[in-house]
Amino acid sequence: MPQSADNIKDHISLFSEPEYTKLLAEKKAQFECRPTDDAVAAQLEYSKSWEYREKNFAREHAVINPHKACQPLGAVFAAAGFEETLPYVHGSQGCAAYFRSHLARHFKESSACVSDSMTEDAAVFGGLNNIVEGLQNALKLYKPKMIAVSTTCMAEVIGDDLSAFIGTAKEKESVPADFPVPFAHTPSFVGSHVVGYDNMIKGVLNYFWDRAQGEVTRGESNGKINIIPGFDGYATANNRELKRYLDTMGVDYTVISDVSDVFDTPTDGVYRMYDGGTKLDDVRDAINAKATIALQEYCSAKTVEYIESKGQPTASFNYPLGISATDALLMKISELSGKPIPESIEKERGRLVDAIADSQAWLHGKKVALFGDPDFVYAMAVFLMELGCEPTHCLCTNAGKEWEAKMKELLASNPFGADAKVWVGKDLWHLRSLLFTEPTDLIIGSSYGKYLEKDTGIPLVRLTFPIFDRHHHHRFPIFGYQGALRVLVEILDRIFEVTDASSDISYDLTR
Amino acid sequence: MSLDNINDTAANEALIKEVLDQYPEKAAKKRARHLGTVKSDAEGNPTCGVKSNIKSVPGVMTVRGCAYAGAKGVVWGPVKDMVHISHGPIGCGQYSWSQRRNYFTGTVGIDSFVTMQVTSDFQERDIVFGGDKNLDKMIDELEVLFPLNNGISILSECPIGLIGDDIEAVSKKKGKELGKKVIPVRCEGFRGVSQSLGHHIANDAIRDWVFDKGIPEWEGTPYDVNLIADYNIGGDAWPSRKLLEEIGLRVIGSWSGDATLAEIERAPRAKLNLIHCYRSMNYICRHMEEKYEIPWVEYNFFGPTQIAASLRKIAAQFDETIQANAEKVIAKYQPLVDGVLARFKPRLEGKTVMLYVGGLRPRHTATAYDDLGMVIVGTGYEFAHNDDYQRTGHYLKEGTLIYDDVSEFELEKFIEKLRPDLVGSGIKEKYSTQKMGVPFRQMHSWDYSGPYHGYDGFAIFARDMDMAVNAPIWSKLKAPWKAA
Repeated sequence: MPQSADNIKDHISLFSEPEYTKLLAEKKAQFECRPTDDAVAAQLEYSKSWEYREKNFAREHAVINPHKACQPLGAVFAAAGFEETLPYVHGSQGCAAYFRSHLARHFKESSACVSDSMTEDAAVFGGLNNIVEGLQNALKLYKPKMIAVSTTCMAEVIGDDLSAFIGTAKEKESVPADFPVPFAHTPSFVGSHVVGYDNMIKGVLNYFWDRAQGEVTRGESNGKINIIPGFDGYATANNRELKRYLDTMGVDYTVISDVSDVFDTPTDGVYRMYDGGTKLDDVRDAINAKATIALQEYCSAKTVEYIESKGQPTASFNYPLGISATDALLMKISELSGKPIPESIEKERGRLVDAIADSQAWLHGKKVALFGDPDFVYAMAVFLMELGCEPTHCLCTNAGKEWEAKMKELLASNPFGADAKVWVGKDLWHLRSLLFTEPTDLIIGSSYGKYLEKDTGIPLVRLTFPIFDRHHHHRFPIFGYQGALRVLVEILDRIFEVTDASSDISYDLTR
Repeated sequence: MSLDNINDTAANEALIKEVLDQYPEKAAKKRARHLGTVKSDAEGNPTCGVKSNIKSVPGVMTVRGCAYAGAKGVVWGPVKDMVHISHGPIGCGQYSWSQRRNYFTGTVGIDSFVTMQVTSDFQERDIVFGGDKNLDKMIDELEVLFPLNNGISILSECPIGLIGDDIEAVSKKKGKELGKKVIPVRCEGFRGVSQSLGHHIANDAIRDWVFDKGIPEWEGTPYDVNLIADYNIGGDAWPSRKLLEEIGLRVIGSWSGDATLAEIERAPRAKLNLIHCYRSMNYICRHMEEKYEIPWVEYNFFGPTQIAASLRKIAAQFDETIQANAEKVIAKYQPLVDGVLARFKPRLEGKTVMLYVGGLRPRHTATAYDDLGMVIVGTGYEFAHNDDYQRTGHYLKEGTLIYDDVSEFELEKFIEKLRPDLVGSGIKEKYSTQKMGVPFRQMHSWDYSGPYHGYDGFAIFARDMDMAVNAPIWSKLKAPWKAA
């Protein structure tokens, strides 16, 4: 018998026991009607070939293992970053369940979000009744200070008008007329979660700056700098790291949508559905800031345009990870605030450079396949080239031509990018072909990369959302010099593990 | 809490009232029908007395999912040798990608496709012009890349039904062209009130698009059974299969965890259908009973009491040899059961449990907890129908709190008030519960553990509940300078 009370085997080892291997073999042989083992082996080999790669890249319609999510996920994430704000999804309830699960699996935290459960009748008559009832119930039960509404594709296809519906709901007193209900239309058949993030941030600003009390014009500067972090699985720790820099520099700031506390609450006997987040008064006042800095250009395009239309200067970056990206951000903050970058931060920078110098021999010329959201891939490509690595394949499912051109320009400007290729709009099944035909030393991406690691044997470093199968990565920053140090260590660890496993002869104690 | 006070009807009724008082009037009225306690009816049978399978109240944070989740995530997704297309925008397929832990054997991307996310990734132009033409071409592309697939399913997401696409026509055409089964499943997320309609629609697709359309060559025996509605979460179906084989039965189809299409096609040849998750697959069992005269039996492979009762119940459908085998098997595993109980029961006895899960577990696991000496103080279903609640009362003690389609608000209040020693629910409930200092196990995914079915699984179940309830971390909630 494989199981015993003293040595309990679960799924990890139970099914390797002879009783089970026999059972599974017999099931296969007698009942499954599978292709022959030879046919499977032949197809597996073929799937690694250049010929298969060409067929794989010839497809125009099938999308296989894509690396992107839909707009409302980004909108729900963005909404969660405001003070006591309840994300609200207008449309099918299953979507809200999926967003909540998806965020919970990554952050290991509850993710609050209501939906108004539209069903067949709403598909025919529209979801007005749902939103009237839904807003009232949500406000009464969960007592938020703000409800931020996004949409599912169902509501978008039938053409529900959020502005009019929320107006009607207020007329019907389901929520008070002055209760903040910003909204964003977030059709999942346009863009991806990064666009949904952008739309929701814009929706919130637009509520406070244009809709709540009519159009607000910029008044006297409040002396602050607004920071929009963008969709980021590391936001909990990254936002804190960024705030540490700003505090150290003595810069006054407003982080617009700060999820660092709501997705990182303590376990002390109390469940906090809301924790932290950007104060609504600060959002109101953010129009008077000196400037807005978007940390992720591709998460903030429409928001930045809107802010500029209010006469406020803006600057956009592509995820401040690595040396030069952090340098550029800090210098911009210094320029805008008039505050110098203190020596303590310069020392952190020096320590990072020191660490890279110590390890450069292990990094130089290492080929890396890289996937993720547009800003992350850009930043990581830059950092890899600072390390002396070659970002051989840079793949982004949810980017466009503009990003592609910018990536190509970046890679062309650096000898470590000379052989690198940019794959825009491609998925991880494409990447599988790339890795078999033009292999790399490492893969950098999310947990979804584990299937690539298993198929190709190329080690994966998990450094971007979503990370489901490793715990607590998001609790440590990857922004800034300290964050880069941590990224460096993760990359090095994998390189050393592979090195140790590769040869008994070169099994050195010191490396 | 003291054991004397558990399942106190009056206290629980007061708690329900307290919770309902927080709702606006209209919503309170709607929710009142879904909350209750176990009571005895006129004949002395315990009943749950709640309404179910009704639309969720907008804005209350229901835990429920949608028809697509039921059809793709539960029923069709685990069929391993088919490519399952999430047809529509990107999200649905992405969020459900590899999340159910339906274990299987095979080579991913070559002859097995369970842990892949294949989607038509609808764009605005597809909404405007329709997606049928591209779907047609997409299926050709999948044939090129995955020639060893044994069929294709098309699982509609919300927009498909709204824009009037004819996926049935595409399926017929492609099925003919490829000589394979191409199966449309109309599981748009807005249909019905929960996952449940998705199960039903998925069952109907088996009836309409798989049955009587060719069966692989087959020689039957009098002991052929189908194992229905075991999704092989963490490998559940395998210890179940082992037990059935040990009593002398031949499992010719395992649905749908680790299933191949052939196992579904030949199902009408079985002598008996054994159904674990009644809610998600009773429809197809009833159909097979009507059309092919195959009787069906419900069983429960959680915990030794129900495993033994189920083995006897199943064996009773066959001859004396099988019945004798069942007794032998029960006896064979008794030392394992004794060992598990000796190790864990003293650590778990008297601990209270609240459950909130899906299809069968709110009742099926109750007796497994009983076996460990634990007491269910509250339970409820996300998407049950009346017949599920009818099957639930006798598993529970009078006064047990019942909550159907609970809102997160209600669940939190119930947990806060009842302060159970363990909550078993889903990922969305896990972290909020633990923050309150209450141990938790995910009872959909087995919290990345399992299997829990059969005797082999019971040992793991007991170990996991012990780990959760008796984790040392629960004594560290309060900072010592604050505790007092």
